[in-house]
Amino acid sequence: MTSPVEAEDAQASTALDEETESKADGKETKGHTGRSPGQLMWARFKRDRTGVVCAWVVIAYFAIALLAPVISWLYGKDPYTLYALEPDYPFLLDDFEMPAGDLGGMSGEFWFGVEPVIGRDVFTMLLYGMRTSLFMAFIITFLSVATGVLIGMVSGFFGGKVDYWLGRTTDFFLAFPSQLFFIAFMPIVIALFVDPADETPTYLRAVAMVLVTWFLGWMGMARLVRSSVLSLREREFVEAAKVSGASRWRIVRKEILPNIVTPILVQGTYMLPSAILSIAFLSFVGVGFVEPTPDWGRMFAIGAQNYEQNPTYMFFPGIALFVFVLAFNLLGDSVRDAFDPKTGR
Amino acid sequence: MLQFLIRRLTGAVMIMFLIGAFTFFLFYTVPQDFAALSCGKNCTPENIAVIRENLGLDKPITTQFWEFMVGIVAGRDFAAGSCPAPCLGQSFASGEFVWDSIMDRFPLTLSLTIGGLVIFLFLGLASGLLAAWKRGTAVDKTVSGASMVLSSFQIYFLGPIVLGLLVYQTGWMENPKYHEFTEDPLAWAVGLLIPWAVMATIFVAQYTRMSRSTMIEQLQEEHVRTARAKGMGRKYVFFRYAWRGSLTPIVTIIGMDLSSLLAGGVVTEFTFDLAGIGRLAVESSVTKDLPLTMGVMMFGAFFILILNIIVDLCYAYIDPRVRLA
Repeated sequence: MTSPVEAEDAQASTALDEETESKADGKETKGHTGRSPGQLMWARFKRDRTGVVCAWVVIAYFAIALLAPVISWLYGKDPYTLYALEPDYPFLLDDFEMPAGDLGGMSGEFWFGVEPVIGRDVFTMLLYGMRTSLFMAFIITFLSVATGVLIGMVSGFFGGKVDYWLGRTTDFFLAFPSQLFFIAFMPIVIALFVDPADETPTYLRAVAMVLVTWFLGWMGMARLVRSSVLSLREREFVEAAKVSGASRWRIVRKEILPNIVTPILVQGTYMLPSAILSIAFLSFVGVGFVEPTPDWGRMFAIGAQNYEQNPTYMFFPGIALFVFVLAFNLLGDSVRDAFDPKTGR
Repeated sequence: MLQFLIRRLTGAVMIMFLIGAFTFFLFYTVPQDFAALSCGKNCTPENIAVIRENLGLDKPITTQFWEFMVGIVAGRDFAAGSCPAPCLGQSFASGEFVWDSIMDRFPLTLSLTIGGLVIFLFLGLASGLLAAWKRGTAVDKTVSGASMVLSSFQIYFLGPIVLGLLVYQTGWMENPKYHEFTEDPLAWAVGLLIPWAVMATIFVAQYTRMSRSTMIEQLQEEHVRTARAKGMGRKYVFFRYAWRGSLTPIVTIIGMDLSSLLAGGVVTEFTFDLAGIGRLAVESSVTKDLPLTMGVMMFGAFFILILNIIVDLCYAYIDPRVRLA
């Protein structure tokens, strides 16, 4: 890999070139006095205690989401059964259909209490809801990042007319009122796939939500990548590669892409929580997931309906989401600081 | 100035046209009979045919689109009566003119967004300035930390908590309710106080961080240092020199945030069960009421575009180097 950093003095130029390297490259340079930017970044990140804690929190969320079926199997409940109707649990809900007992019916049997009115288990709903949210957000972020990088690279690298028109398209999509668009287009996109008279399968709803949020999710990334590529394109090492006869594709892949990984990564870290929030918003207003799919947005909607009588319910998805967003934002800041110590706060 | 306005307004009109076209044609790819939708129960084929003719659905799509666009500029006539100039068509479901439905709901959304904006700008900039002034001290750390924590809350989580505390538990305040500003300004402000506060809490953090970091940057500028060196007071330099310079990047961020401001307004609407533009969008999209959905989309875009132009005008006022020509 031709890298401007290794060619120059590694220590001095890391701050200028936001450069990431794979671990393999790091090993190659072992024995030299300099460390690869990847190693430097890792060393800086490890020193940042907040960042490390947040990284563990985020990893824990992903692990829990992945292991949700295992956990609920061990715990012995699932998010779909209406436990209030089961003969084993006769007094789960009181006469007003609210959970019997204090704190939303929390007990050794139902750790996080039971859902008002129909009596599902809150703990497993939360676990599976986390699964839904993270899975959806992951796909949306991945697609948006890929699209944004592609469009940004093309318009930055080719410039001229291509750049102009892609720029105008980006501006056009930025003018869309995004939340209104999400609401308005969910039924349309669903109707594209399935006859409105039939019942919509859950996976189609998920696909529609991905499509709608992806559609208006890539513009920020495209702008960021475009401006980074524009400034990199004129740098000496790219010229050197051109002179030495590298193909365009090689320049993009080997010279430009490694140098914009950092901003992409940092921006991507901020995009994931906002994707989670978009999905939750759609379900919250009632155009996203519907019964009986467990989802955080739906839990917020249920919680808001019964908040006056049963406030406890709302706190589980609320605090779970709060901790996740906080951890992810702090992690994003730490990653950015580790990559680029110049932007100190 | 005039030239700038004309150019920006032409751009806005073009974007509106494109959004309209996009929405319109996307809708018509949906295999669905809109006439049957608005017909309701006891529908005979003859009824459907009459409705189709009334709504103009029997014409080709391009003609329908053209009539829609002309209607916005010049108004148009329906079987139900004539629809005056900014005519966004007639709702399939209720038969009302779309413009009227939007105008019914819009004052609420406008009040929410503008009121929220004023509060979080004021609080955000003030706390950012405070943190920059006391940089490195406990005050700075508290303000920065608190803003990070607050920004991770969600409107639909914080909203019910605040309601629970102030309305259900203590009864200090009434449930949020919208009153016309023109009728009773005091009731208007009191009724929307909780939504504003909740919305502002979510947004305020970003502006705290923004104004703090740009202020710190500005304070390191040479002209600021020179001013201090020649003996000007710290307070004077802080506000007259540094703050002035840090306004430009802040206004830029406001301009980029307008779309999420509207989004915040929509979420707030749902959280506090107020009927604004967002609820109208949901109603229209659930009933697949094409003209209403299009109207709401275009109106939302228009709102953002207009605010953007206002923000750009502010630039010239703040920074004399910016020319609008």
